[in-house]
Amino acid sequence: MEHFEPEIVAFCCHYCAYTAADMAGSKRISYPSNVKIIRVPCSGKVDAIHLMKALEKGADGVYVAGCLAGDCHFKNGNVRAEARVNRVKKMLTELGWEPDRVAMFNMSAGMGEAFARIAKEFTETIQKLGPSPVKTGAVNQAAS
Amino acid sequence: MKTDSRLEKVLASGELAVTSECGPPRGCRPEKVKEKAALLKDHVDGINVTDNQTAMVRMSSCTAGILIKQMGLDPIIQMVSRDRNRLAMQSEIIGAYSFGINTMLCLSGDHAKFGDHPMAQGVFDIDSVQMIKMVRQMRDDGLFQGGAKIDGPPKMFVGAAANPFADPFELRVMRLAKKVKAGVDFIQTQCIFNLDKFEEWMKGVVDRGLDEQVHILAGITPMKSVGMARYMKNKVPGMDIPDDVIKRLEGVSKEQQPEEGIKMAVESIERLKQVKGVHGFHIMAIEWEEKVPQIVEKAGLFPRPKV
Amino acid sequence: MITAEQKPIQEIIQYIAPYSRILLVGCNECVTVCAAGGRKEVGLLASALHLSHLKQGKNIDIREITLERQCDPEYVEELAPYIDGVDAVVSMACGCGVQTIAGRFKKTPVFPAVNTRFMGASLSQGVWAERCKGCGDCVLGITGGVCPVARCSKHLFNGPCGGTSHGQCEVSQDIDCAWRLIWERLKELGLESRYEELMEAKDWRPGGAGGPGTIIREDLA
Repeated sequence: MEHFEPEIVAFCCHYCAYTAADMAGSKRISYPSNVKIIRVPCSGKVDAIHLMKALEKGADGVYVAGCLAGDCHFKNGNVRAEARVNRVKKMLTELGWEPDRVAMFNMSAGMGEAFARIAKEFTETIQKLGPSPVKTGAVNQAAS
Repeated sequence: MKTDSRLEKVLASGELAVTSECGPPRGCRPEKVKEKAALLKDHVDGINVTDNQTAMVRMSSCTAGILIKQMGLDPIIQMVSRDRNRLAMQSEIIGAYSFGINTMLCLSGDHAKFGDHPMAQGVFDIDSVQMIKMVRQMRDDGLFQGGAKIDGPPKMFVGAAANPFADPFELRVMRLAKKVKAGVDFIQTQCIFNLDKFEEWMKGVVDRGLDEQVHILAGITPMKSVGMARYMKNKVPGMDIPDDVIKRLEGVSKEQQPEEGIKMAVESIERLKQVKGVHGFHIMAIEWEEKVPQIVEKAGLFPRPKV
Repeated sequence: MITAEQKPIQEIIQYIAPYSRILLVGCNECVTVCAAGGRKEVGLLASALHLSHLKQGKNIDIREITLERQCDPEYVEELAPYIDGVDAVVSMACGCGVQTIAGRFKKTPVFPAVNTRFMGASLSQGVWAERCKGCGDCVLGITGGVCPVARCSKHLFNGPCGGTSHGQCEVSQDIDCAWRLIWERLKELGLESRYEELMEAKDWRPGGAGGPGTIIREDLA
């Protein structure tokens, strides 16, 4: 099988993960370039539809990165985000998709290394899962 | 006398009444009904026939009651509002009375959730209090619930249940008062294990003079084992089993537990005989009907009066 | 309001399997409030259906639209321009909405995407509980504002059954015993004596026993 470079979308909270990504950059800690970061004002701003649309458009994996438990700038946005991620996981399972294509992570602004590690690990997870069913479906259909 | 009910006659005589019960079989086995009834026949004034108890399908109480009636005994048919609307209830009552069944018990019934058809729609067209009123009206006014005249009204002696132990306790006497107001003739209580609480409830009943208007039969259940006691404490809704009961059963060997259970039942009867307003006992020996005669005899309630 | 929950997605997928052009219709009323079939849920369901089809390498054309009210013919009429261009309609409204669409567009199949549950109230964010059975003869005025029809599992009218334990219903410890609530409320109102008034056997006709209900307001009709 040829090498698979997944496309990953990461919704990163401005107050933590986005800053952490910045820090990783300034400290020259490398993380996979597959991860496309979308800055959001709070992880709670990410709705289920955003995760779904990313998958629909061909992302192989999507995750939300929000503040540590109890540290949300807007009180409980991270808790809500996690609930939504779980809902999408459930929906994916019902659809016969791998639920692990979406995930929720928590970190603080200072955790540049954690940001890089999570990006790397999630990329590996998605590499194991293989390309998005959106891509494989189109290929299979064309072959049949 | 309002009816030909043997239970009514015994109660009117001032003697302590004794009733017991048998659960009909879960299949076409009429001999099972007869076997159970035969065990009780000389020792009770009436035999309750449960109506799909714990929401499990069984032979209908009316049919099993007819089998018992045909043995020359006195069935008390139970009827739950869970399974029948008012049409079905009234037709069943007429049918039962046509076979000489003259005593019945009006109940709400356990929720279908507890049984083997939890997906069933419960009927609950009328509640137990309204059922009492309906049966009274059929008997005393000769009218159906809907108001039409009955050609040959059924003369039922009407009973109901009371659970002195369910929440909220302060409502329990009032709930009885409501049944009395609806016209109930006799009450069989939930199994009594917490005698102090029962006596407290009876005091409330007597204070309101309800004991003058209704006959109360105290519910007695012998424990077969400590396992049964624990199960009833934890799993059966509305049951009050004090820790003392469990401790006492735990205190004897497994082989002796049945005997201890019977001893406790007899002691309860002896104590409750002294309670003002208690006019008899309803002995529910669950799948243990053969022990009822022994309990009745040991409690000094034998022989039964000839009425 | 009327509450609903989305059907299992596979059931919806089966309904629409024979069709390739779908009109997915939400409703801005009750199902929006209970997050079952508003604009947001329409978007999510459309996306989920796309994911399902994309996995099989298929495409499905889903047009999303959310009406002000699906149970009013005036609003349902807004679907008329689209109906000829689709093979089937999937409605995310309650059963009233589904039927209004089915009644208006005779030749297009309509499928429900939600299960209509009950008339309920919101207890807190994301939590709804049944409060009304639509019995057609409201007794709340004599039961202290707590409904025995909707909230007692046996809809008893004359007090709690013997199954109450710890103040909860025998059906589940998560359900409050309605008669405990009624009693507590009557006490707070100083209306304890009302408890002992017999409530007569209910006439179920206005609540549906008399056949499907209709209201005709002469001054409006």
